[in-house]
Amino acid sequence: MLRAVAGLARPGNGRVALGDETWFDAAKSIDLRPEERSVGFLFQGYALFPHLSVADNVAFGGRRRAGELLERFGVSHLAEARPTELSGGERQRVALARALAREPRVLLLDEPLSALDAETGATVRAELAALLAELSLPTLLVTHDFEDAATLGDRVGVLVEGRVRQLGSAAELVSAPADPFVARLAGGTLLHGVARPLGNGLTELRTDEGLCIYSTDDLAGRSAAVVYPWDVSLSRDPPAADSRQNAIDGTVLSAVPVGNRLRVRVGPLVAEITAASAERLGVAEGEPMVASFKAGTTRLLPAPAGAARTEGEGSGH
Amino acid sequence: MRRGFDLLLLAATTITVAFLILPLAGLFLRVPIGELIAQLGSPAALDALLVSLKTSVIAHVIILLVGTPAAYLLAMRRFRGRGALVALIELPLVLPPAVAGIGLLAAFGRRGLLGGELEAFGVSLPFTQAAVILAILFVASPFYVRQAISSFESVDREVLDAARTLGATPRRVFGRVALPMAWAGLSVGSALAFARGLGEFGATIMFAGSLPGVTETLPLAIYAELDTDFTTALALGALLVLVSGALLLLVRLLPAWTSSPSTSLFRFARSSSGSTSA
Repeated sequence: MLRAVAGLARPGNGRVALGDETWFDAAKSIDLRPEERSVGFLFQGYALFPHLSVADNVAFGGRRRAGELLERFGVSHLAEARPTELSGGERQRVALARALAREPRVLLLDEPLSALDAETGATVRAELAALLAELSLPTLLVTHDFEDAATLGDRVGVLVEGRVRQLGSAAELVSAPADPFVARLAGGTLLHGVARPLGNGLTELRTDEGLCIYSTDDLAGRSAAVVYPWDVSLSRDPPAADSRQNAIDGTVLSAVPVGNRLRVRVGPLVAEITAASAERLGVAEGEPMVASFKAGTTRLLPAPAGAARTEGEGSGH
Repeated sequence: MRRGFDLLLLAATTITVAFLILPLAGLFLRVPIGELIAQLGSPAALDALLVSLKTSVIAHVIILLVGTPAAYLLAMRRFRGRGALVALIELPLVLPPAVAGIGLLAAFGRRGLLGGELEAFGVSLPFTQAAVILAILFVASPFYVRQAISSFESVDREVLDAARTLGATPRRVFGRVALPMAWAGLSVGSALAFARGLGEFGATIMFAGSLPGVTETLPLAIYAELDTDFTTALALGALLVLVSGALLLLVRLLPAWTSSPSTSLFRFARSSSGSTSA
C-alpha cells in the first residue's frame, strides 16, 4: 500500500491524492512518477546507499537541510561513515534524516520498528512518537504490531488481504472490534462457540471446548467471544456464583512479565495482572487458578468465513 | 588405502599444474628475455601491436557504451521471452570461432544478409579494420553483457526505489546509484571481455583476413610469424601472456578491493551456465 502511495507500485484501481493534488487516478489515467510525488519513504530495510557516506546519503534527498537533519538525529559525528559501519538504530536515524531531507509533504513508514531488537525498539518507538508529534506531517505507518499502531497512530486501519477491515481510533478498535480478527489484533483472546440469547439481557456461548460463558451482547449462532487480558482477574477460589460473572478453572500454563505486569496464561485465557497481585496469589506454572471476567466486558462477534493473513496498519498525524 | 588416494590426488594436481605451466614457461625460456624484447621492436610486431590495440580499444568502448544500458534494461525489466533473449546473448560464448566467422560473413559479407544495403552506401566490410572490430564485438561483448546483467541484478531493488522516492529521475538512479553499486562486477566483466577480444583469432581470420598493418592482430601475427620468424612469434606470444596475466590479476583483485559481495572469475563461470533460468 505504501508503495502504491509512493508510485512504486501501480494499483489496479482507485485514487491517491494529497490535499487537492492527485497523484494517481485509475479512472482519469493519472499516474505521477515516484520522483514527482513529495513523499518521505522509510523502507523496512532502510535502503541506504552502501556506496555513499552518511552525509551523502542524506544529501541525496536534498542538500539544503542535510546538515541540520544530521544534527537533529544525532548522527553528525557519523557523517563520513559508510552505512555498513552503523548499528541498526543509527541506520534508521540516517534513513529518517534522508527521507526528511527531501522536505516531503507526507511520511511513509514501512515497519519502522521490526528490524530492531526489543530494547532498541521501545526506545525508538518513543523517539518516533515524539518526532511525529514535532513534524506534524501526514504519516502512514505500516506495522504488524497493534501496540505500535496504537502508540504512534491517531487512526488505526486494519488491512486484511488488501482490504480495510476497520478504521478508527485504537480505543474504538479495542472496545468495538468489527470482527474477531480485529479483536485478536487488538490483544483480545478469542473463545469460539455457538451463542444463544437467554432473553434476560444475557447471551450464553457454549464454546467448542465445552465451556459456558455469558455476555451482555445479543447474538445467536456461530460466534466468538472476545476477552481482553486486562479484564480478566485471577483468584485461588471461585467467586460467588453470579451469571454476570464468568469464571473458568484452569492451571497456569505460562507467566511472562510485561513491564510491571504479568501476562498469565490460564487454560484458554490470558490475564494481565500486576506483579503485586501475582505475588499475593502465588502465581506459578502448574498452579490451579480461577480466571474470572464480567459478562459486561465480554464482546460477542459473529464468526467470520475463512481465515485471513495478518496485516495491521496504523496511520498517524 | 587412504594414503594411496592422497597420492592419487597429489599426482593429478601435479600433472594438471605442470601441463598448464609448461607451454607458458616455454614461451619465456626458449629464447633469452633480452632477445624477446628486441623482437617486439621489429616492424611486423609493432604493426600487429598497433592493429590489436586500436581494434580492441574501439571495440571495447562500443561494448561498454552499448552493453551497459542494454544489460541494465535486461536486469531490471521482467518481460516475456527475457530468459530466451539472455540465453541468445550468451550463445556466442560457446560458439566455435569458425562459426562466428562464417556467420559474420553471412551477415555482413558482400553476398550476406546486409551486403546489398552496405554496398549501396559504398561500404564493404570484409577484410577491413572495421571487420576486425565487428569480430571482436561479436565474440567479446557477451562476456561483458552477461556479467553486467548479473551485476545489476544483484543491486538491491529497494535501494533503487529509495532513490526514486528521494526525487531522482531514472537517469539519475542509473548514474548515481545502480552504476556505482554494480561497479565491481562491471569491471570484472569488462576485463574478461577485453581479454577475450585481444585474443580473438578464428572469427577475425575468416571475416577480416590477415593483412599486415590493417587487419593482422597480435594473435594473427603469431600465426603468420610461425613459419618465417619463430622468435618474433615467441615474443608476441610472451607479450600476450603478460597482458592476459595482468587482466586476470585485475579480475581476481577487484572484488577484494571494493569489498563488495559481487563477482570473482569463478562466479562468472557459474553464472554463465545458470543464467538462462533467470
